[in-house]
Amino acid sequence: MDLLSRRNFLARSGLIGCSLAASPLFTNVIFAAAPWDTRLVVIILRGGFDGLDVVQPYGDPAYAKLRQKLKGGPENGGLDLDGYFSLHPALAGLMPMWTAGELGFVHAVSTPYRDKRSHFDGQDILEAGTESLSTGGVRDGWLNRMLQAVPGVQADTAYAIGRGDMALLKGAAPVANWSPEADLTMSPQAERLMDLITQDDPAMHAALAEARLLSSPDGGQMGEMADNGEDMMAQMQRAGRGKAHLKVAKFAAKRLRADARVAAFSLNGWDTHQAQERNLSLALGRLAETLDHLRDTLRGNIWKKTAVVVMTEFGRTARENGTGGTDHGTGGLMITAGGAIKGGKVHGNWPGLGTSDLYQGRDLMPTGDVRAQAAWVMRGLVGLETSVLEQSIFPGMEMGTDPGLLL
Amino acid sequence: MPTFDSEFAEIRFGCGLSPVVGRVDSIDAMLDGLTSQDAIAQQFPIEHFDIFRARMVKIEEWRKVRRNNRGTDLAAEAHKQRKVLNRIAREDKAKWLGQSMLRRTYTTSGFFERLAFFWGDHFTAHGKRGLIRRATGPYIEETMRPNLTLRFADLVKAAVLHPLMLHYLDQSQAIGPNSIRAIKKNGKNAGLNENLAREVLELHTLGVGGPYTQEDVRQLAELFTGLSFQSKVGFKFRKDYAEPGTETVLGIEYDDVANVKPVLAALEDLSVHPATASHIATKLAVHFVSDTPDADLIAHMTDAFTKTDGQLMAVYTAMLEHPAAWQRDAMNFKFPVDFVGSACRALAIPRGPIEALDEKAMKNAIMVPMAMMGQNWQQPNGPDGWPEEDAQWITPQGLSGRVRWAMGAPEILQPDLPDPRSFVDAALGSFASEPVRFAAGAAESKTEAIGLILASPAFQRR
Repeated sequence: MDLLSRRNFLARSGLIGCSLAASPLFTNVIFAAAPWDTRLVVIILRGGFDGLDVVQPYGDPAYAKLRQKLKGGPENGGLDLDGYFSLHPALAGLMPMWTAGELGFVHAVSTPYRDKRSHFDGQDILEAGTESLSTGGVRDGWLNRMLQAVPGVQADTAYAIGRGDMALLKGAAPVANWSPEADLTMSPQAERLMDLITQDDPAMHAALAEARLLSSPDGGQMGEMADNGEDMMAQMQRAGRGKAHLKVAKFAAKRLRADARVAAFSLNGWDTHQAQERNLSLALGRLAETLDHLRDTLRGNIWKKTAVVVMTEFGRTARENGTGGTDHGTGGLMITAGGAIKGGKVHGNWPGLGTSDLYQGRDLMPTGDVRAQAAWVMRGLVGLETSVLEQSIFPGMEMGTDPGLLL
Repeated sequence: MPTFDSEFAEIRFGCGLSPVVGRVDSIDAMLDGLTSQDAIAQQFPIEHFDIFRARMVKIEEWRKVRRNNRGTDLAAEAHKQRKVLNRIAREDKAKWLGQSMLRRTYTTSGFFERLAFFWGDHFTAHGKRGLIRRATGPYIEETMRPNLTLRFADLVKAAVLHPLMLHYLDQSQAIGPNSIRAIKKNGKNAGLNENLAREVLELHTLGVGGPYTQEDVRQLAELFTGLSFQSKVGFKFRKDYAEPGTETVLGIEYDDVANVKPVLAALEDLSVHPATASHIATKLAVHFVSDTPDADLIAHMTDAFTKTDGQLMAVYTAMLEHPAAWQRDAMNFKFPVDFVGSACRALAIPRGPIEALDEKAMKNAIMVPMAMMGQNWQQPNGPDGWPEEDAQWITPQGLSGRVRWAMGAPEILQPDLPDPRSFVDAALGSFASEPVRFAAGAAESKTEAIGLILASPAFQRR
């Protein structure tokens, strides 16, 4: 599917079959005005992140017993949010955003995926936005379907960022796939020859043309052109240094300050079966830095129009397991951030943690569909009709009543 | 009907073409190459896990010394010694990457190297903290290479009971809630961990579409309690961790005895299950032939698996003898490790330069570039290993990494770069297209010409 999106991207840009630099459409089409003005950032936390340890329901009478080692609540270092929930201390850096009403949560949400608790299926469903794995012919991602539903989407309206592919952005609408470390510079002659030898492989040809297009004009690094092997290697080595999540956030922010309206990327490291205390803190630290960086860089007018939506494939078991961690569960947590969202609140319908409240006696009971939350955000942000959201973007889903996630 | 072709056999099933190593001349030769002695491993050795374990023992001894002598010079010395051991292991891991590239360069049985990688990926395991983070190479050496021509059940048992797997999927510390240990310690630290049980069912054997439920995961996790290891002895069944009672997985009841026997029985049953047969046949066909392999090819391989209770040689034979395995319409895209390995082979890189790379240089020359191509060496994101779909690799960022490496790295690994015009034939054989031949002669420099040949579609696909 992403092949298709790239083909469209290039067909629109008039690039297939002609040399990139020679394209007169380069500036006109690729960097045309964006069709709307708000910004949507979707971050996927891969591995199933433990919402119960992040927004800790210390006011629930059953909570302390379920989490005897992974203790939460203000008595154990949690930062009180509203007298019932407290925030994991590793997110302390985000408290100013919470206070400013720019950070919110939706508890006990999930995709429709149930019972097998596979990461890979869970992520497939989350990104396809469908009811089940047998998708009834749906083969693209929900965020791409949103792009298909609005007019005027250009090649640089939406970015899938990072080394891996983001399935939620795959589909017929043009999407730029890029990683900030991948800048490619070749001599003009090598560029022409590369174009020539990849003509008979459309997938490669399109991907390479896109790589050339998205590389910084100065070669990414101090303006030098790598015209021999040694320079080429040196460039790669420099690009490989530093914190990957910050580079991604920086790249996303840079594009969102310009013409990009949608950016999606993922953060890994949430599958905390063991030593959760340590591992979750590390991962949350990266998430906090990422959100902080976005806020700092977009500060002002753009941040005001921005909604960040953070989601995961499923939550984790209500009860901690025998190895200082938690196993794959069902109901989970969604995080919202940005100047356009209504923060300072833990949204959602809290199901409780008593044994009979739990899903199958083990997981947080999902009381909301994570897709519906995303749908309401898109409705407010991009102005999509409910019918489009319920029929095309999340086929067969009912949005229900407005959860009030946006200002 | 397409059939065996020795050039194509090296490209699709082996490590690519070589200007110095002869090609296999028949399917029989490909199969013989699997069962003959693993000579290339002796020529380019990678440490076995049982040797690697001695490093783990040593580092634990130093940890004890440090703990028992806090605040003294001896503790400082112990700290230093541990750091040294960690550094050496890190350096050795980089060396083993070099050795595996040399194996790909000089092997006469490229199919064996590819299978060793395939199974190491199917049973993905890597260390999460400390010294054991360097143990993936030794794990593959010990579990995959000697077993990959036996029964699938042999691979499953070797991988699932391996210390690295028990560590990676969190099994080794799981204590049955009613085990001897749990009762003695009043339930402290007791409880199951479902990670390994789930992945055994979902990834290693039946496949995610297989006929299992959450209850089967739970029962298997109970059955697995007791599987553990100690650095001194390797695998160890800890009776005191084992959950008492029988367990029922997929309707079969396993004995209530506190030893490894019922675990082995369950792994055996799962390994020969019809869902496993089709899962494994499909995965092999997808990896070696195409993202969308011919249904008849899969059926033929599944049938061979089922008839022989998972004799792997029978499954490989079934694949190679089927005409659909030789189709050329929908070629796969090489994984980065296969791209880099086949480039080394086409360049016939000598032993000297790559063995002379220290850890940092190896990182710069191979590890960082491979990560940019999308494959962080021996560090896939999850236990499902690397994606098979071509689209996952044909990304702008991934191809940028391939092109940059192809233009930059050859001169580091092969100081005596070949003439590009002859290198076209060495690397691509009859797959060299006219535009690639033209580019080889028209590029401004030798490095660019070599880079263009290696980046060409005919070299990227198999």
